[in-house]
Amino acid sequence: MGLLTGLRNSIARMTSSLFAGGEQQRRIGIYGPPNAGKTTLANRIARDWTGDAVGPESHIPHETRRARRKEDIEIERNGKSVSIDIVDTPGVATKVDYTEFLEHDMEEDDAVRRSREATEGVAEAMHWLREDVDGVIYVLDAAEDPFTQVNTMLVGIIESQDLPVLIFANKIDLDEASVQRINNAFPQHETVPLSALEGDNMDEVYDKIAEYFG
Amino acid sequence: MSEAHDDPGTDGDGGGNDADTDVDAENDGGNTGDGSGVQIDMISGERMDGLTSMEKIRLILDGVHEGNIVILEEGLDPDEESKLIEVTMTEISPDEFTGIEIETYPGTEQQQTGGFFDRLFGRESRTKLTVIGPANRLETLHKDETLISTLVTRR
Repeated sequence: MGLLTGLRNSIARMTSSLFAGGEQQRRIGIYGPPNAGKTTLANRIARDWTGDAVGPESHIPHETRRARRKEDIEIERNGKSVSIDIVDTPGVATKVDYTEFLEHDMEEDDAVRRSREATEGVAEAMHWLREDVDGVIYVLDAAEDPFTQVNTMLVGIIESQDLPVLIFANKIDLDEASVQRINNAFPQHETVPLSALEGDNMDEVYDKIAEYFG
Repeated sequence: MSEAHDDPGTDGDGGGNDADTDVDAENDGGNTGDGSGVQIDMISGERMDGLTSMEKIRLILDGVHEGNIVILEEGLDPDEESKLIEVTMTEISPDEFTGIEIETYPGTEQQQTGGFFDRLFGRESRTKLTVIGPANRLETLHKDETLISTLVTRR
């Protein structure tokens, strides 16, 4: 991103915050590849601070096919309160093949419908990334290779928007998990290890959310 | 495996709004839609410089829809990559088009964005090569910081 573009975006965000009045509500997008545990994390955060869930979780790819928002999550850390809206987005991919869903005992009509909904959801999530989020939590499955083209592209896109980004290495409860592998792939960003499923290391997760997005 | 053909941008027309016409004309003459080979479109940075973001994306996706492998000498910027994913998603159709496979070399962000002064002054590093193809024909076998190995299959 050029200097002028960066300055323009910074001024726009500063102006927006000045006129918002009172406590600024930050809209934080949860992005990442399919099956990284984005919805599990969104649910964990929402349940911990509001008592409600955001959406259903599943091992089938593209369970989340429409972005879901949970508003007014107040996170209290070290005597301070941070208010955020979290947006759980569909897993970003460059390809969606409905036949892959058939392997999960799904009828063809359902698989085709899931595929169509998933593509619409990803397109929407990409559009929002350029227009409608103030920060990003990028969730990766620590048991998978992070050095994929989609991850590289997405992190580059987020950086080009000058958005604050936290990389979460999820699923550290799995034996094959490697946080260091994610550190090596994206050394320019801080990586926070966690298990959204088990609730491991959530204190540090909330500390970092407050630090980056507060 | 393949028949490579010359960069479609070297015809001196300077790109512009006629990009789609150029590609279609070449496809009519050179695409091996009968499954006898794979067409590779190698697009120069000079050709892409004359196009808007959406024209670039259209040029890429039109080639990919034809079953071609598209190689960009200078890749896309992050905003264009974002739009490429978005437009690709809107064009996916069951049994017809399942999306794209894309790989970029070099693959790490530090290498793509250059040094501190490049970022400060808005200079984009142009040293990245991007390979894009139909997801059902292009498969990445291996990728690291120095090598992209892909398998291209016929229809």
